[in-house]
Amino acid sequence: MTDFIRDNINKDGIDRRGFLQCMAWAGTGVLYTLHGGILKSLPLMQGAANSEHMAKMKGADFSFIQISDSHIGFSKEANPDVTATLQIAVDRINSAAAPPDFLLHTGDISQLSKPSEFDTAEQVLKGAKAGKIFYVPGEHDVLTDDGQQYLDRFGKGTKGKGWYSFDHKGAHFIGLVNVVDLKAGGLGSLGSDQLKWLQDDVKQLKSSTPVIVFAHIPLWAVYPEWGWGTDDSEQALGYLKRFGSVSVLNGHIHQIMQKVEGNVTFHTALSTAFPQPAPGTAPSPGPMKVPADQLRNVLGISHVNFVQGQHSLAIVDSPLAQS
Amino acid sequence: MKRIRWIFVCGATVITAFTLTVGIRPILALRPAENPAGGASVKIDNFSFGPADVKIPVGTTVTWTNRDDVPHVVASDAKLFKSKPLDTDDHFSFTFTKSGTYVYYCAIHPKMTAKVVVQ
Repeated sequence: MTDFIRDNINKDGIDRRGFLQCMAWAGTGVLYTLHGGILKSLPLMQGAANSEHMAKMKGADFSFIQISDSHIGFSKEANPDVTATLQIAVDRINSAAAPPDFLLHTGDISQLSKPSEFDTAEQVLKGAKAGKIFYVPGEHDVLTDDGQQYLDRFGKGTKGKGWYSFDHKGAHFIGLVNVVDLKAGGLGSLGSDQLKWLQDDVKQLKSSTPVIVFAHIPLWAVYPEWGWGTDDSEQALGYLKRFGSVSVLNGHIHQIMQKVEGNVTFHTALSTAFPQPAPGTAPSPGPMKVPADQLRNVLGISHVNFVQGQHSLAIVDSPLAQS
Repeated sequence: MKRIRWIFVCGATVITAFTLTVGIRPILALRPAENPAGGASVKIDNFSFGPADVKIPVGTTVTWTNRDDVPHVVASDAKLFKSKPLDTDDHFSFTFTKSGTYVYYCAIHPKMTAKVVVQ
């Protein structure tokens, strides 16, 4: 490790430098590469460090980038200019040494499902140098008209409320919708129609096919007390049990978390708009206020790899600013 | 044996420190109650309805006000009423004309549940 804590004034295990590096997570995306069926991720960062990390990714079968929770239209104290931070994320994407094959946006594109918010998001994202952008909706994108506007803009050709799958260079990607028809007292929900579709969708695949599932709300119980989970996710994951490599990418909670269970690796992405508190550390999961200059201007890197193996699972938690 | 491992990326201590350092969002002070025409009011704050259990006579109008930085949607479990998305400080009112217990929730944060008892 090249990093160590120098000035731990408050005896809390972090100094200013470490804290600021944490802050550099905000407003970025996550780069994924597939090496022989093993998915690796690292948050995007700036400048030279970015190039170094890009170099590390050489030899990958392909790469893609996940961005999430843009919340265009949000203008409260936690981030009065979410369009600017989305633009920063796009700039990061465009500074990549090799452009990603495509982007995944895991929902909450907008704050209030307003046409003007979707317009702005589309305009900014249009500037990203990536082959295509694949979306799934967040609950903020389907607030009106039963999500029809989302479907018209971002979900053309999808099934049901916006679910679909596609194949890319030997990997199977599945976009799921777990933000509609939510039941009182419950969590995110996939629903029986979507589950049936999923079961059929993966039926023809070889068990050796790497499967990448993406949806807005986590498909694992991150913190049900705050609604951070999906009621029928176990059933969905049951259909994927026979696959040797399953990666689940989510947003919604505006912070990075990972879990490995069996052959399934779970990962949640950062928001491009504002951070949310760690589970249980605040009265509610509402936006966490951070000084704007720190949110937008602090440079630094966080380096996270997650590796999914066939048997013994390896998780490498790399510290920040690792070269 | 199946092992489950959680990883908090900067480490649990760091995340805790992060939260402490930037400070969690302070609980908003409640503004003076808004009770139009003698009705009842419910505040939405910190992802919860308060009071969570409202008892009112038949014919009373209940007004919900969102005090959170995020939108909420007030929806009856029995599909009797549903608000438009309520942004910060937006209101929604519904008049209860029959006795009964009305469970409602936030349609986009369904862990948020509460009830109105009309007597």
